Amino acid sequence: MRNFLSDALFKGKATIAAPGPDAAALTQAAQALADRARRRLGRSLAIREVDAGSCNGCELEINALNNPVYDVERFGLKFVASPRHADVLLVTGPVAWNMREALLRTYNAAPDPKWVVALGDCAIDCGVFAGSPVIVGPLADVLPVDLHVPGCPPSPLAILRALLGLMDVQASGRR
Amino acid sequence: MTAAFLALAQLAAERRPGPDGYVRLTVDSGTWTALAAGLAQGRHELSALWVDEGVVRMALNDNERALRAIVSVETEAGRFPSVSAHHPPALRLERAMRDLHGVQPVGLPDLRPWLDHGRWPGRPETGAYTFLPVEGDGLHQIPVGPVHAGIIEPGHFRFTANGETVVRLEERLGYLHKGVERLLEGAAIEQAARLMGRISGDSTVAYAWAFARAVEAALGWTPPPRAILLRAVMAELERIAHHINDVGAICNDASVISISARCTLQREDALAAADACFGHRLMMDRIVPGGVAVDLTPEGVGRMRSLLARVEETRVEIGRVYDAMPSLQDRTVATGTVRAELAKQYAAGGYVGRACGRAFDARKSFAYAPYDQLDFDLKTRATGDVDGRLLVRLDEIGESLRILSQLLGRLIAGPIRSEPPPARAGEGAALVEAFRGDVFVTVRLGRDGRVAHAHARDASWFQWPLLEAAIEGNIVADFPLCNKSFNCSYSGHDL
Repeated sequence: MRNFLSDALFKGKATIAAPGPDAAALTQAAQALADRARRRLGRSLAIREVDAGSCNGCELEINALNNPVYDVERFGLKFVASPRHADVLLVTGPVAWNMREALLRTYNAAPDPKWVVALGDCAIDCGVFAGSPVIVGPLADVLPVDLHVPGCPPSPLAILRALLGLMDVQASGRR
Repeated sequence: MTAAFLALAQLAAERRPGPDGYVRLTVDSGTWTALAAGLAQGRHELSALWVDEGVVRMALNDNERALRAIVSVETEAGRFPSVSAHHPPALRLERAMRDLHGVQPVGLPDLRPWLDHGRWPGRPETGAYTFLPVEGDGLHQIPVGPVHAGIIEPGHFRFTANGETVVRLEERLGYLHKGVERLLEGAAIEQAARLMGRISGDSTVAYAWAFARAVEAALGWTPPPRAILLRAVMAELERIAHHINDVGAICNDASVISISARCTLQREDALAAADACFGHRLMMDRIVPGGVAVDLTPEGVGRMRSLLARVEETRVEIGRVYDAMPSLQDRTVATGTVRAELAKQYAAGGYVGRACGRAFDARKSFAYAPYDQLDFDLKTRATGDVDGRLLVRLDEIGESLRILSQLLGRLIAGPIRSEPPPARAGEGAALVEAFRGDVFVTVRLGRDGRVAHAHARDASWFQWPLLEAAIEGNIVADFPLCNKSFNCSYSGHDL
């Protein structure tokens, strides 16, 4: 514990500076959100993560967002336990038939207005699982998707950039 | 049938193994049943059980004699003698085989579907799933999942509790079933390798390695010496990143956030090093049949060496803080205890087995290159509880550091991938130690050089059932601790 304290005093903080929002993600989010731009949430985003068929690679990188290096809560991004508290559904994986109902129920449990983010290549086009008869298809076949974050898996920084883009659009919609 | 049993050693000891170390035998249904009875007698262990074009096959291990075999039995109109009728660890495997391949294990004690949830197009409804009955006064049920509260994979846990005490936990899995085995059929080797690396993202290096070794055995393809060393560098880096993360996650569930923060920082450090050295944080698609896809530069070696020093510092410090916190150990010691006999019966791999004193590690028990040339210890504990599983991980991080420093010192210059031999039909299997436990991969190649059939068995298959046993008699609030200490893969199990 002493070493923890001395590290805290002498090593400086591990947290990185905020990255700029990714231009492509920003544009995409702007388009998807244009019609809803006047509806406002406030700056904080509550995110409910749903694994709809992922290999768990995306989950590892989403989890990393909560480590002290990325520390996403400082940007007003908070992962919540219940869809009832969520503004954003962050969905990973190709949608497995066995997860479809649970995903729809989670979506329906989240209050409006809400955004859906398809995270990772599998959520976008099923990735290596494309063509499997036990997969419904990409997320857009099941839910209206507002933002796509490519990558296998996307790095925490890429996820952070995309989510910040989503928030910027949301904040600018207020004016 | 009499109750006669057969030990693998009686049947296979004189047979010559293939280049992958496996003796291959085709037996009649009587011998098959006798081998299943031998499993129940503890004469050998069940490593995998699968269907390959109307033939049912099982991989059996005799660890004492370092003997391994793949035993095949022909099905008759889809029927074969059930292994789980004798040996319960085969139960979920046989239920899954029934769902996916329509085979009928004769004598299967539980006829409920497992991976088939009645949702697949063109398949009949399965009806509501019936959980096992629990009877008694004052019992209540707590259904959890498939969508859980944290950022984790989906699965359903049905708790029956008496007050705070868990009387029974029944798992229901299969939500992540993606049809991996069917996608592998007919896939080109490169495509199959990418799929294998996404069976369980947290063990991508281990799966890619197991698949590469299986393909190489099938084709007589020899990877260059440098590639073999680099594979182990990646595998140990993957092991360290997950072990340190799990230690933090367990402490987090006991409300010791400081250890968790330190561990997640160390994991991030390791993943950043993986990205810098191999070009991908999780090192996906870096191990390929024939070698590795990316070389480690001299700067990369320097970066790895400095990482090793930091991990060692963290490991020692976490160990010291953990040891000095009775309030933390109050949550982990004697919590979620697995009996040693159960770990042995289920051939539980990884820290789940080793925390119960099961001295099995594919890197030692069926040593593959380069581990057969390295100096490291197989660490076990005897307590079988959350504390034991945490301490095994800390011990193993230390051993991984020893391994890595030996590997970095031995890196010889040379090519990192060898040319593929001409396509030919063949068969190969491999057992690789992932951070979670041993991963088994078998592959059969067609004459066209494509995958005719492949099967992967995650360590989780034999660990998930033990979690049900571990939580019995514990309080509901200790389930997250038990679950994290197992950290089974959902995706690796659901396939």
